[in-house]
Amino acid sequence: MSLQVRERRLGWGLLAPALIWTAAFFVLPFLGMVALSFAHMEGREVVRGFDPGNYTRIFTDPVMLGALWNSLEITAVVTVISVVLAYPLAAIIAFRVPARWQRLALLMAVLPFWTSYVVRSYAWLLVLGQNGVLNQALLGLGLLVEPLEIASTRAATVIGFVHFFVMLLTLTIYANLIQLSPNYARAAQDLGASRWQTFVHVILPLTLPGVVTGAFLTFVLCIGDYITPQILGGNTELTLPQLIMLQLGRSGNFPLASALSVVLMAVVTLAYFASSRWLRLDRV
Amino acid sequence: MTRTLSALALILTATPGLAQELNALVWCDHTDPALIEPFEQKFGVKVNLKEYEGTAAGLAILDQSQPGDWDVLVIDAVDVGRAVEAGHLAELPADQLPTADFFPELVMAENNTVDGKTYAVTEKFGYNTISYDKTKVDPADMEDMATLTSGKYDGRIGIYDYYLPVLGLVALGQGINTADITADNLGSLRDPLMALRAASKQVSDVVSAQTALATGEVDIVVGGGEWLTAVLAVETPNLDWTIPKQGGLRWAQSIGVVAGSTQPDLALEFVKYIVSPEGQARLATSSCYWGMPANAKAGDALTAEQKTVLRWDQQPEFLARAQLYPIPDAALDTAMQDLWTEMLAQ
Repeated sequence: MSLQVRERRLGWGLLAPALIWTAAFFVLPFLGMVALSFAHMEGREVVRGFDPGNYTRIFTDPVMLGALWNSLEITAVVTVISVVLAYPLAAIIAFRVPARWQRLALLMAVLPFWTSYVVRSYAWLLVLGQNGVLNQALLGLGLLVEPLEIASTRAATVIGFVHFFVMLLTLTIYANLIQLSPNYARAAQDLGASRWQTFVHVILPLTLPGVVTGAFLTFVLCIGDYITPQILGGNTELTLPQLIMLQLGRSGNFPLASALSVVLMAVVTLAYFASSRWLRLDRV
Repeated sequence: MTRTLSALALILTATPGLAQELNALVWCDHTDPALIEPFEQKFGVKVNLKEYEGTAAGLAILDQSQPGDWDVLVIDAVDVGRAVEAGHLAELPADQLPTADFFPELVMAENNTVDGKTYAVTEKFGYNTISYDKTKVDPADMEDMATLTSGKYDGRIGIYDYYLPVLGLVALGQGINTADITADNLGSLRDPLMALRAASKQVSDVVSAQTALATGEVDIVVGGGEWLTAVLAVETPNLDWTIPKQGGLRWAQSIGVVAGSTQPDLALEFVKYIVSPEGQARLATSSCYWGMPANAKAGDALTAEQKTVLRWDQQPEFLARAQLYPIPDAALDTAMQDLWTEMLAQ
């Protein structure tokens, strides 16, 4: 047996556990979900077959389209705000904080990760409520006459998401920035570029893979999240994951829930292709 | 005698280090250690509890399980028939259940019995009605459901996120009994439901509704009741609940042995413990949520303070004014959920 063949076999052998895992716990269940999405309900019974009715309903029912649109809007807003906040934070940690303090700074940035997601969401509810910490502070300082209505609104959902995803994006962007040789900036400035020009034409393009990777992860996690809109949004508008949960927990309509999940997967896939040019998942 | 011997045998055969395990699919009130530990200690077994929400989710778990995976099921009393129809519940020996000690309305034979066979027994009940903060709203207003959509409390109302009780309440507000909701008259509930939604600030699950009421985010929860406020009674005594003049809904949960259980005797002992006066008192005051015990003899095991919070003495009046949840067939159920989803999307 030649060395090449042995190496190839060894490669497949090492890859096999991951392939088997992915096939067993992703590919097969996903195919099952796709098949189920073409079934329909008769009474409380699932009738298997090829019925595209669930997809027709998703793309014609205003409630379902509204949920899809709400999810896309919230996700887009959260992703943009998170990137805008995380980039400067990551840059400050990478370039302004002394090297010996950077680990501590990163630790502080990700500290909220250590709390349960659900607990953190309820904590935000207490902060943003009418009698919450924020309103009490602003009223106490005389900056408000009436408390702000933030809890149980889309704004609360966005705040909860942004808090979480700024941490994630800070890590991915920091990982990119710290690998950047300072010689790039020096060379640009030697050639007469201003600080702004250096950032726009040199630093930003070089760190774009980290930004896009973080933004993609934010998109994926945000659009599939059920907890935050449910707790912080007060169920005041439906998102796609909430609609899926309604089908699962209340209706027992697994075919429709499957079809909605396939649509969610399709949206994520589109986001992947849209960003694939810059995606560097190895930078995560 | 035979029953005593079998119970004794169960206790004696429970060997330390080789403890039996009982698997129960339950609601969160059963996860209180104060409820479960006395049973575990008495029988030397470990009770594994899995919480679920919504009958559809519970039945789906059973559908996807192997016979013997589950021993005990807690389910909405009005859905016992669905579970029996799906073959998930085993027959219970009716003569071993203390239903003679129950509040008569809570025996619920029409729900727990199918074709003359008993498949479940009611364990706990309460009301879906109106909870409120009596320091923020006029309690007299809460006696009339029409006040909720009068504009006076706009933006101060939370709605409990469960379509059956809330649609039932809306129906009562329109003079329709819960048992009389049909596909034909469901449409007449749309406008009042949307009006309630327009007047509300949020639609929330149990914890969010409790948090909102306790923190002053909302002052009223439609669909609430003692299960929402009683557990907060000590810390926030300003929370109260009432059944308005239009009436309220009575919720009830039942417990049964899962068909195919490999240890039906132990599962039955668990059911019997839960409906015993001691088990009932512990279940009624569970740390997750409180509710009235179905067994009236539990009154002997509850303190005077606990009975006051549960409004023990007012039960005859409440029971007379409350109706059961709607029991829709599959088509009406779908229509009700579609209406609910439409309301959520507003």
